[in-house]
Amino acid sequence: MSTETQQLKKKDFVSDQDVRWCPGCGDYAILASVQKIMPVLGNTQEGTVFVSGIGCSSRFPYYMNTYGFHTIHGRAPAFATAIKATNPKLDVWLATGDGDSLSIGGNHFIHLLRRNPNINVILFNNRIYGLTKGQYSPTSEKGKITKSTPFGSIEEPFNPSDVALSAKATFVARGIDRDTKHLGELMEVAAKHKGTSFVEVYQNCNIFNDGAFLQYTDKVSKLENCLYLEHDKPMVFGKDDNKGIKLDGLKPVVVSLEDGKHSIEDLLVHDQYAEDVTLAHILSSLSQKPDFPTPIGVLRSIEKPCYEDELVKQIDYAKEQKGEGDLEALLNQGDTWIVED
Amino acid sequence: MAQKVVETLKDVTVIFAGDSGDGMQLVGNELANTSAIVGNDIGTLPDFPAEIRAPQGTLAGVSGYQLKFGNYDLRTPGDIGDTLIAMNPAALKVNLPKLKPNGVLIVDTANFEKKNLALAKYESNPLEDYTLDKYQVFPVNITNLTREALKETGLDTRGIDRCKNFFALGMVFWLYNRPLDFTINIIKKKFAKKEKVAEANILALRGGYAYCEATEAFAISYEVKPAKLAPGKYRSIMGNTALALGLVAATSKAKKQMFYGGYPITPASDILHELAKHKNFGIKTFQAEDEIAGVCSAIGASYAGAIGVTATSGPGLALKTEAIGLAIATELPLVIIDVQRAGPSTGMPTKTEQSDLFQAVYGRNGDAPIPVMAAATPSDCFEMAYEATRIAIKYMTPVILLTDNYVANGAEPWKIPNIDTLKPIEYDHTADPDNFHPYTRNPETLARKWIIPGTKGLQYRIGGIERQNVTGNISYDPDNHQTMNDLRFEKVDRIANEYPATKVVGDEKGDLLVISWGGTYGATATAVERAREEGYSVSHAHLRYVYPLPNDLGGIIKNFKKVLIPELNNGQLVHLIRDKYVVDAICYSKVKGQPFVVGEIQAKIAEVIGK
Repeated sequence: MSTETQQLKKKDFVSDQDVRWCPGCGDYAILASVQKIMPVLGNTQEGTVFVSGIGCSSRFPYYMNTYGFHTIHGRAPAFATAIKATNPKLDVWLATGDGDSLSIGGNHFIHLLRRNPNINVILFNNRIYGLTKGQYSPTSEKGKITKSTPFGSIEEPFNPSDVALSAKATFVARGIDRDTKHLGELMEVAAKHKGTSFVEVYQNCNIFNDGAFLQYTDKVSKLENCLYLEHDKPMVFGKDDNKGIKLDGLKPVVVSLEDGKHSIEDLLVHDQYAEDVTLAHILSSLSQKPDFPTPIGVLRSIEKPCYEDELVKQIDYAKEQKGEGDLEALLNQGDTWIVED
Repeated sequence: MAQKVVETLKDVTVIFAGDSGDGMQLVGNELANTSAIVGNDIGTLPDFPAEIRAPQGTLAGVSGYQLKFGNYDLRTPGDIGDTLIAMNPAALKVNLPKLKPNGVLIVDTANFEKKNLALAKYESNPLEDYTLDKYQVFPVNITNLTREALKETGLDTRGIDRCKNFFALGMVFWLYNRPLDFTINIIKKKFAKKEKVAEANILALRGGYAYCEATEAFAISYEVKPAKLAPGKYRSIMGNTALALGLVAATSKAKKQMFYGGYPITPASDILHELAKHKNFGIKTFQAEDEIAGVCSAIGASYAGAIGVTATSGPGLALKTEAIGLAIATELPLVIIDVQRAGPSTGMPTKTEQSDLFQAVYGRNGDAPIPVMAAATPSDCFEMAYEATRIAIKYMTPVILLTDNYVANGAEPWKIPNIDTLKPIEYDHTADPDNFHPYTRNPETLARKWIIPGTKGLQYRIGGIERQNVTGNISYDPDNHQTMNDLRFEKVDRIANEYPATKVVGDEKGDLLVISWGGTYGATATAVERAREEGYSVSHAHLRYVYPLPNDLGGIIKNFKKVLIPELNNGQLVHLIRDKYVVDAICYSKVKGQPFVVGEIQAKIAEVIGK
């Protein structure tokens, strides 16, 4: 990005459109943190593209004073991949939701991660369908009572980070809408990752699923329920860091650091750069285990070739091997014959 | 050896038929290539099962390749065969109805034994009863002769048996006095890395030829002189290849990146295969995870400034429906190719039909107009692919180009165009930042500007929610929706202003006008020509632009007492014509997965006029 962009400020990335999310929605905090980091990242307005599918979160592009494409339900990954492949210089972002990415767009979501173009994905997980006024989503907890499940949902929910890790995502992280400081830092790290960065944001829908993440945002309970991950640091949590995660074989266990049986030396140390995905999977699984804290932060960050780079490489190789395309020669190739006058 | 007796013919139709693993498509294609190179006009009709290797010897597993070559401007692969090569009883049973009385019938006798006869459901051996009395039968043990000829090659029996198609081709080459060298060169290229196999196939080809020479199996051989085609440089080309080359030509002339997003589907996959070879033209091919991602990626690429293209067949077009609506709403250029096959649902994937016209014209939610074009012949695919791209960019609209299995897999001589005569493909990615709105329109075409991400000062947001005219901002205003809907139709309607005049072949007034569209061109044109020779007052108009219909078509229709529309569907264009011109057009429908033969349409013309 060019140096003149240093002068840009957060407000330069705010579009002239009225934001139409419900007052009190967690989406506002995510929008603000993204607008805030744009100048920090050195982005230009014209060099940035926000792509989205359908749902509350997918209105996001309208509010960014950048290029933006509000597409169709679940398919944003295909648009975004092609935009990046067409012009790798663009900084491409994808705003999506739990229904958009994990239900109707599940297929595109996993293939996006597998291909690993250098795109930043923010998944607004509110565990509910908001725009259609309150049906359960693929991340809603089992037993969830909604308009479409008056007797409770009988389906097992997806854990987005599990899906992302299984789809070979090179960067997987989780943030919370109410923890804006951490979220901002996380977005910055994600944006700088070369490859597809996947950030799940726990986002409160104050209309249809209010308080879904209260346990992670309430001053007292969040200490017990959030495990803030830091690379190369032992996994401690709880009030006054009084607990930790230890591995018992491949099984994670919560241990007390106060009962004299365990010390900080016994704890699992986070390695977000581990080539092997096992640790990331173990961490990811904690959020669906009762009595375990939910990991917040970067679960995994590894380097792999980006789709658009590989594609460009092939084109360069083809040009090297066959020369720049010559239309005349191509049309005239093979066995030809002349019909005389 | 007696002097070879050569009789000259105007045209010949040959049918190769065998198991789907017998290589009938390969040798049929070779006869087509050689015939084209020696200057004949050709028309081909590959006809194969969807299964890659259907159970051997069964009726379902028969793969056929019909080819006509002639010394004049041919338009079809022939109504009926002069020569049939049947490699087994099933191939004989399926194809015998296509052989003319007294036609030449070459059968590989090796396979006419109990098991294969039973598989073909023959109660007695047709070589020994009266079934074949009205044909000139040449029973030849092709399998054994090939084994004999190739015994020194070091290939095992299975490998040797795979060469017997070339033995049969060698026989046909002798019968029709064709040179062997073009095919020998192709074999050498095709098996460049398997020298033994190349040698064996060449040996088999020569063996078949020599067998006829030595045994004087056929009393007479035939020749077909070169056709008097328009002067120029020619090559033989298949529809899907021509289409892909048309796209390459468009990207090259436009000096613009092309992005092809698609998912493999019969019979469209060859377009992806061909384009993937031409990455040195800067073409990015993307094999998407499904049909939806295929079209969405193409739209995304268009948004980013590339020429977005996707190709599919009927079921795939159904899946792309919603995304095409988005391209209409956001007014982005996009080329959608539908190589039609027999439907509904999976239908008959390797058989031809024209039954996606309604889907192309009407198949979307909301009022969603889209220009629809259709290629008439294999080589026409080049021009129409180029034209579809040009229109898509000029009018900032998705365009659907319909072809069909018959056109896509058929081959014909193609007069290689002079690239300087191709129409320019124009676009302008610039705008004045102080006075830019994403939906400001060109007053002539009503197209909005194609501004692409990365352009300083012009950043804008678009999407599927109704947009305010000019500004492009989200709008639920009732009057604005009416305006935008009207504009979308008006823009597409204006495309018809630049169509070439509709050609009427025959008199401008008369008893009957036959209107065809897409791949039925050849059979219809020939049928009308023959009916006129018989004295019928009939003319022909062929449509390559199907939606919007040509501006001059209404005036043409008025000059005829009746209108007949032959279609490979249950009557689709006929509804568009009736709807637009309130004319009592007669539908001639055929839905058998097979193209029209000339005789069928000719008979229908006589019937309609006779009434």
